[in-house]
Amino acid sequence: MDPLTWTGTLAFLNPLFAIALIALAAAIVIWMLLSIAAAGSRQVANADGSVTLAGNPQAIASLGLRIAFIAVALIALAYLLLGLLLGSGAGIVGAISRQLLPTWTALALLFGLSVSFKRRLGLYGKLFDSPIGLIGFALVMFWVFTGIFAAMDLIATHDPLSQVSGMKNKLPGTPVRGAEAGEYGWYLLGGDNLARDVFSRMVKGAWEVLKYAPLATLFAFMVGITLGLPAGYYGGRLDTALSFLANLILAFPVILLFYLLVTPEIVATGLPQFMAVVLFAFPIIFCGVLIHSRFRTQPKKNKRWMIAVLLPVFLTYMSLINSAGSKIDFWPLDFFDIPGGVLVVFVSVVFVNSPTVFRIVRGLAMDIKTRDYVAAAQTRGERPWYIMLWEILPNVRGPLIVDFCLRIGYTTILLGTLGFFGLGLPPESPDWGSTINDGRKLLQIYLHPALPPAVALMTMVLGLNLLADGLREESLKD
Amino acid sequence: MGLFILRRSGVMIITALCLTFIVFFLTNLYPNLEKLAKTEGNFRMSDEAVASWLDKNGYAQPMIVKYGQWLGVVPGWTRVGEDGTTGRCIKGAVDPTAAAEAPQFCGILQGDWGYSTRFKTGVGDIIQTRLGNTGYLMMWVLILMIPSALIVGVLAGMREGSATDRSLSTLSIMTTATPEYVSGVIFIAVFASSTVGLKWFKGTATAAMENPTFENFFLPVLTIALYGMGYIARMTRASMTEVMTAQYVRTARLKGVSFPNIVLKHALRNALIAPFTVIMLQFPWLLNGVVIVESLFNYKGFGWALVEAASNNDIELLLAVSVVSVVVVLLTQLISDIGYVFLNPRIRIS
Repeated sequence: MDPLTWTGTLAFLNPLFAIALIALAAAIVIWMLLSIAAAGSRQVANADGSVTLAGNPQAIASLGLRIAFIAVALIALAYLLLGLLLGSGAGIVGAISRQLLPTWTALALLFGLSVSFKRRLGLYGKLFDSPIGLIGFALVMFWVFTGIFAAMDLIATHDPLSQVSGMKNKLPGTPVRGAEAGEYGWYLLGGDNLARDVFSRMVKGAWEVLKYAPLATLFAFMVGITLGLPAGYYGGRLDTALSFLANLILAFPVILLFYLLVTPEIVATGLPQFMAVVLFAFPIIFCGVLIHSRFRTQPKKNKRWMIAVLLPVFLTYMSLINSAGSKIDFWPLDFFDIPGGVLVVFVSVVFVNSPTVFRIVRGLAMDIKTRDYVAAAQTRGERPWYIMLWEILPNVRGPLIVDFCLRIGYTTILLGTLGFFGLGLPPESPDWGSTINDGRKLLQIYLHPALPPAVALMTMVLGLNLLADGLREESLKD
Repeated sequence: MGLFILRRSGVMIITALCLTFIVFFLTNLYPNLEKLAKTEGNFRMSDEAVASWLDKNGYAQPMIVKYGQWLGVVPGWTRVGEDGTTGRCIKGAVDPTAAAEAPQFCGILQGDWGYSTRFKTGVGDIIQTRLGNTGYLMMWVLILMIPSALIVGVLAGMREGSATDRSLSTLSIMTTATPEYVSGVIFIAVFASSTVGLKWFKGTATAAMENPTFENFFLPVLTIALYGMGYIARMTRASMTEVMTAQYVRTARLKGVSFPNIVLKHALRNALIAPFTVIMLQFPWLLNGVVIVESLFNYKGFGWALVEAASNNDIELLLAVSVVSVVVVLLTQLISDIGYVFLNPRIRIS
């Protein structure tokens, strides 16, 4: 088989794409310079008494920008669509586009459905009105779907861990030597220094992020909310003590904490498991208090809800912290074991994130507790926890959702940092941080092993940031 | 004001004590000590040999006593062996008279930072040289980062929703979404790679420790500065947009003050209060960036020392590194609090 070029038979599009890109860059620069120099649009009074905005250089530049942007987007779309049809005939881009077919299908379905029902979908639907939020959401969902389908083995072309002889540091599009029938014929993004397929590792890495980041962020939020609400609501000594603790953790340089916590020696002492016992208990406390404060006066309903929710949560909790052959090994119903290295990564990420969430929730609670509806609930004789969880918490959901998006991105960066320093995660793991770390050693000569995971991580975090921005903008509108 | 500073300093000292104790506790857990014994002695030591080595070197004492000795408030341990007296404050084994002359206390309060098992020299020297390298790096980072972040933020915030605002805000979001290890890799690929890159800069900063030039020093500085810049710029923008909608700015506009004058004379000073605290609170994250960038560009500074100490379980060096970083973080917090009070007359009066 021949090596693939980047665009194959679609090479005729390349000069067009280059022209469109240059035009876009020029348009952005002109648009920005004009907006600093020009004083904005001028109003012109018409003879009939109405007022129109006069066309000015800025409007023309803005039109040019729009046209250039549409041209770039159209040509990029053409690459992907034609690539989808032609497969490896359209070079590496085409082959990757074909490989990502499940992702494109899922994205098209999701966006089609969401746009058609957007008026009935609340804040999520409004997201589709904001271009920034839309781009962010598309980027995030692209990686979410890619991660999910990669985990189902629908996207990766090769096994991310297997090494093929003769493929060490080979350039993108190199045919696999001695590929048998049924195996994929090329290394689409080349091979890394251990002769593994970079493309497969990149898409598998998306799943690694999806496995940890959202869940770790959720746990950090549970901890932050459960401690932040009472600190903000009661204030006083409780607030002082908890804030001191939070500041203590915040003053710790993150990287030092990781280096101290995420070592095999510390895992051997069982310290991460004890931290997990404390940190993972917060979801149970949160759920328990949430249900009890709501159904306190209806004991029957209370009991039913408690059992329905707390039993599975408790069993998961016990399986999480209990691990055969470690310091905590007494619980008979252990459904799954978390490897020590993974648990410690998870625990330290939660530990680092929760003080910030605590501070945010505390500040919001302090602000909201002076509102009239809180006073009304107090007069009604509601218990403090009911007020915190059912009056204050729903009313701070906007900022919390925005921060949740930002924080997933931040957690992704943290996980990448851990991988970059080779801490915690298994050394062969295809997560993006480890892959960047592997690739950087030969960066001066071979770019292709390090760049794809770097760009992947950047686009994902960028997507989350844009999504958070869009959500903030839309939630402030009403 | 004096009382405020005093109280803040008190809290700071308590925090520093707590944090160093946590580091001390984590580095002195038994598996870590066992690893230390095996790297210092030999790798095939039996459990008894490890225990006796630890006992001989004073590691077998209770944690709190060891912490006190390290801090310099508890007398250092001494031990009379067959070949003379050894002790925390004594170098090697000496006869009893020399041991009696040795100082009783030797902790960081006495300026004794200990001995690095990784570099085989005193920790104080290592910290000094490494901190010097990093200090130089940080100086250029701050020189590049703060003015550009403030300019970007002010330009974006002075006309909310304008073209400049939208493009600069997108730019700041992009830089905050690019951690150092990603932007560093991309910069090396674009500017320094020997195969396809532009070859404008050098991909390593090893030479920059003796002879920093624009060519070998710019990429590490840019990499750290860029990640922090976006965040500061966004905060400046938020603060600037808030100030630009304030009553006194509207009054100035109605009076007919020109737009550049409004921005420079009326809005700017008030808009810079919030970014000041943000810049100060950015220091812990800069420390993060320093560690990443120093390993990426092979610049042997403070972050590099941290990585070396942590991966070789060099307890005393690790403790010294954490003391320095914790003090830096807490000092910047203190400065940000005090500076905030000074900058904001509304708080100063009340």
